[in-house]
Amino acid sequence: MTRRYSAVSLFKEGLNAQKGWQKAWRSPEPKPRYDILIIGGGGHGLATAYYLAKNHNIRNIAVIERGWLGGGNTGRNTTVVRSNYFFPESTALYEMALRLYETLGRDLNYNIMLSQRGIITLAHSEAEMEMAARTVNAMQINGTDAELFDVDDVRGVLPLINLSPEARYPVFGGVWQGRAGTARHDAVAWGYARAADRLGVDIIQSCEVGEFLVEGGRCRGVKTSRGEIRADRVAMVVAGNSSHLAAKAGFRLPITSYALQACVSEPIKPALDTVVLSPATGTYASQSDKGELVIGGGLDRVPSYGQRGNLPVLEHVVSGLLEMFPSFRQLRLMRQWAGIVDVTPDSSPILGESPLPGLFMNCGWGTGGFKAIPAGGTLLAHLLATGKHHDVSRPFDLDRFARGRLIDEAAGSGIAH
Amino acid sequence: MQLFPCPFCGPRNESEFHFGGDAGNLRPEGFRDVTDGQWTAYLHERNNLRGPANEIWMHMTCGEVFSMERDTVHHGVAQAIALANGGGDDGMAH
Repeated sequence: MTRRYSAVSLFKEGLNAQKGWQKAWRSPEPKPRYDILIIGGGGHGLATAYYLAKNHNIRNIAVIERGWLGGGNTGRNTTVVRSNYFFPESTALYEMALRLYETLGRDLNYNIMLSQRGIITLAHSEAEMEMAARTVNAMQINGTDAELFDVDDVRGVLPLINLSPEARYPVFGGVWQGRAGTARHDAVAWGYARAADRLGVDIIQSCEVGEFLVEGGRCRGVKTSRGEIRADRVAMVVAGNSSHLAAKAGFRLPITSYALQACVSEPIKPALDTVVLSPATGTYASQSDKGELVIGGGLDRVPSYGQRGNLPVLEHVVSGLLEMFPSFRQLRLMRQWAGIVDVTPDSSPILGESPLPGLFMNCGWGTGGFKAIPAGGTLLAHLLATGKHHDVSRPFDLDRFARGRLIDEAAGSGIAH
Repeated sequence: MQLFPCPFCGPRNESEFHFGGDAGNLRPEGFRDVTDGQWTAYLHERNNLRGPANEIWMHMTCGEVFSMERDTVHHGVAQAIALANGGGDDGMAH
């Protein structure tokens, strides 16, 4: 039976009519009790399980998922990874994630198709160029890679962009992060699931949470559609449903949920080999390995749990793209979708113990959860295993809203929140 | 494009409206008596309901502020009530 993926195993299975491959993960029946129970089988939940087993040697873990693995926001994003944030706390967080992404394929023995093709955040005025210089300085001081690009530099990475001074949004330059790029989003979820499963983690799909089991003021587990599951510690990692689950646990969160849309064009030959983001036009785009242009933008302005998105924002995003790249006007859109993102008042995530003792949270990533998956998993695993914050996650505890120490990254997210 | 009902102007495009938060999120009164927890709840915590929700909206074109009962999953609007006169016409064609 072939368990490990390699050139040799590919060759052997080729000779063997591909009959020896094993299922990537088991589908076990839930046990009545675990050391740690993780609600949510997206990237962050699966990564948390993997790092609990790998870094902390805790194996009696279950991940429960209402739908299927990676069927929420992990499967609904635009696959960009980057760490071009402004504040030291944020850079520490997203840079941890990007560094882990750089070796994740080998670590998981799963090809996550990381492509560090760089990201250019465009500046469309002298004033925006000054802000770009400030951002580059902040990023370099915070220890991540950043360069200030002028118009000629932009031409070098974006040969098709309209650089005419008469353009509606003339390009003055931008912020370049060369280590940013894209990764295959489904592969990230599947790779973590397979690696966690091999370390003994039970991954249970089609298992919906009913009520929390609370005894002596502590969370002791959950009632699910597949019976009661008890655990010493419980984590909710359920982007797009965080407020809903928090209400079941008896508290409210500083979160408003919005749809975030994306769309892809028909596939074309390679035309865009970097990620381009324009805050002024509210648009960003990259080209997938399949050739489709992957196009995203800002949040819908209507709070929503409907995973569809609305037309006004989609029109705005597409018109912004076509202003910058007139040649893309010929393309047809193939499909459009939306994920539900949990937006906090400071556009930064929430990592920490919830108001219900024993219940821990990883939520509030807004539009930027995918790029943070390895860090979110590492940090929540640290919290669950030790009961204490990692230095990197401490600033993102829920208590920052009562203490007034917000980390206002509305600009670092690049797209208006 | 979804139409939202302004109690003053009637059905208008969704892009003319601005979301104003939960209905009933009243500023805590009594300067010295308000705890950190009460301020945090007022400033930051949100109901963020999945399903029927009662929210404050503004029609930016005319400036009318009103409460709207709206389902956050399928986006159906049950009613919209002007706040100016303590309620009234919901602005929807019947």
